[in-house]
Amino acid sequence: MSRGAGGVVEATEAARRWRRPPALIKSRRWRWTLGVGAVVYLILAISTVEVDGQRIAEGMERGWRFVQGFLSPDFTTRWRDISQGLIESLTMTLTSTVVGVLLSIPVGIGAARNLAPVPVYYVCRAIVAISRSLQEIIVAILFVAMFGFGPFAGFLTLSFATIGFLAKLLAEAIEDIDETQSEAIRSTGGSWGQLVNYAVQPQVMPRLIGLSLYRLDINFRESAVIGIVGAGGIGATLNTAIDRYEFDSAGAILLIIILIVMLAEYLSGFVRKWVQ
Amino acid sequence: MLSVRGLTKTYAAGDRALDDVSFEVPAGQVVGLIGPSGAGKSTLIRCINRLVEPTGGSVHLGDLELTGLGAGGLRRARRRIGMIFQEYALVERLSVMENVLSGRLGYVPFWRSFLRRFPVGDVEAAFALLERVGLSDHANKRADALSGGQRQRVGIARALEQEPELLLVDEPTASLDPKTSRQIMRLITEVCAERGLPAIINIHDVVLAQRFTERLIGLQKGRIVFDGPPSALDESVLTTIYGDEDWTTMDGPESAHGEADDEADPVELVTPVSARS
Repeated sequence: MSRGAGGVVEATEAARRWRRPPALIKSRRWRWTLGVGAVVYLILAISTVEVDGQRIAEGMERGWRFVQGFLSPDFTTRWRDISQGLIESLTMTLTSTVVGVLLSIPVGIGAARNLAPVPVYYVCRAIVAISRSLQEIIVAILFVAMFGFGPFAGFLTLSFATIGFLAKLLAEAIEDIDETQSEAIRSTGGSWGQLVNYAVQPQVMPRLIGLSLYRLDINFRESAVIGIVGAGGIGATLNTAIDRYEFDSAGAILLIIILIVMLAEYLSGFVRKWVQ
Repeated sequence: MLSVRGLTKTYAAGDRALDDVSFEVPAGQVVGLIGPSGAGKSTLIRCINRLVEPTGGSVHLGDLELTGLGAGGLRRARRRIGMIFQEYALVERLSVMENVLSGRLGYVPFWRSFLRRFPVGDVEAAFALLERVGLSDHANKRADALSGGQRQRVGIARALEQEPELLLVDEPTASLDPKTSRQIMRLITEVCAERGLPAIINIHDVVLAQRFTERLIGLQKGRIVFDGPPSALDESVLTTIYGDEDWTTMDGPESAHGEADDEADPVELVTPVSARS
């Protein structure tokens, strides 16, 4: 890149050449080492996965029967079980979402750095971290062991999971608010409660409603999963159907779950638009 | 009367935003605070109601020392100081009326404000103020449905709803067009005159400041470099306040309040002044 008097043409050509500077790793050597290392590791890792051709051939047949069940879903034979499981699941979903949302509002406010004093902040962040680090199935197994089979264990599991999800996102929404609006409320001499009610709540309410609806639909899907480990609901019915190789009933259940989730998605889109 | 003595503010990063600032504002006086971006204008008025905590010095409002107050005392003191903001700082999703009534938050208990059941007198005062600022038809509109000038009028009504003894005004016209800027400045100075209300107005626009205030304080790098009537503001004073070097040091703490985007040319600032005289 010399700009010596001897090579005017060369110098201008050199000056015009441009390459995008490396975004992440400045050193050329490290860029190559890390890139090649990642590819080599990936190849080695994939080669350790054992693939049994014979097992796949057998499995394809079973899989096909499952798909066939799907294609000819049987809603009638087990309708009593299905409808009971559905009602249980929907009850579990709704109650756990309401309770979870109500509990996660104070936790979320406490976990927002711009509203909570430091000790409260750490306690609430810890609650969020614990709730988020334990997967629903593990919590469900614990609650089923504690309170027995049935939807009550499922209700507790989903409430607990809702706190981690909603409190974290609510806290983030609160930390992202327009601070000048809270400055204005503070400058009028308003108390902490009035600050939350006047400056924070109006700003985060649409997000809180949107997230709650989203969580409602997650909770319904999760209720199907945790039913498999004994926490009641449509998941228990689904598990029974699969255990009995009644893939046509299982297909019917899965179709109903898909339908309800899509319905929830559609309705929550409406509500979100309305609260803007 | 407001009295500021030896006010100093050093931010955690080590920037000295205010350096031994002292002045007094007698009852009914409207003071314009001018200076380049990063001079500490926003910090200064925020140190008065302690939205920003000063590092040293004292602020007295009447007999009350604001700098020594605890949390409860500070809230009671803030009720006496109205504030008007650059970007209006209205709560966008609340109605105009709720925004004006939020000026009473320091006076009413939480449950009243939560249920929006403000005392009748407060509501009547709010309607009267909305009429004064020319927005009586907009009481139930949402604040974000209004134009910039209208929003700033709501901001003025909110500050006056506090029945303040002092008005702090932070760049009231920075987000407005020239005509609306003049209307807003006129409105602020008029209501101050009506109520005998002293005010400190941060303002970029030197011409506006000269036209609408009775006293100017020039701030540069956190120090007062000029304090006198608008007529005393000549080119040499302006050069002292807005020296060339200042335009390279605009990354002060004030840029967080959106002042850095206002790239007024110092030469152009001077021209209309000399043209007027």
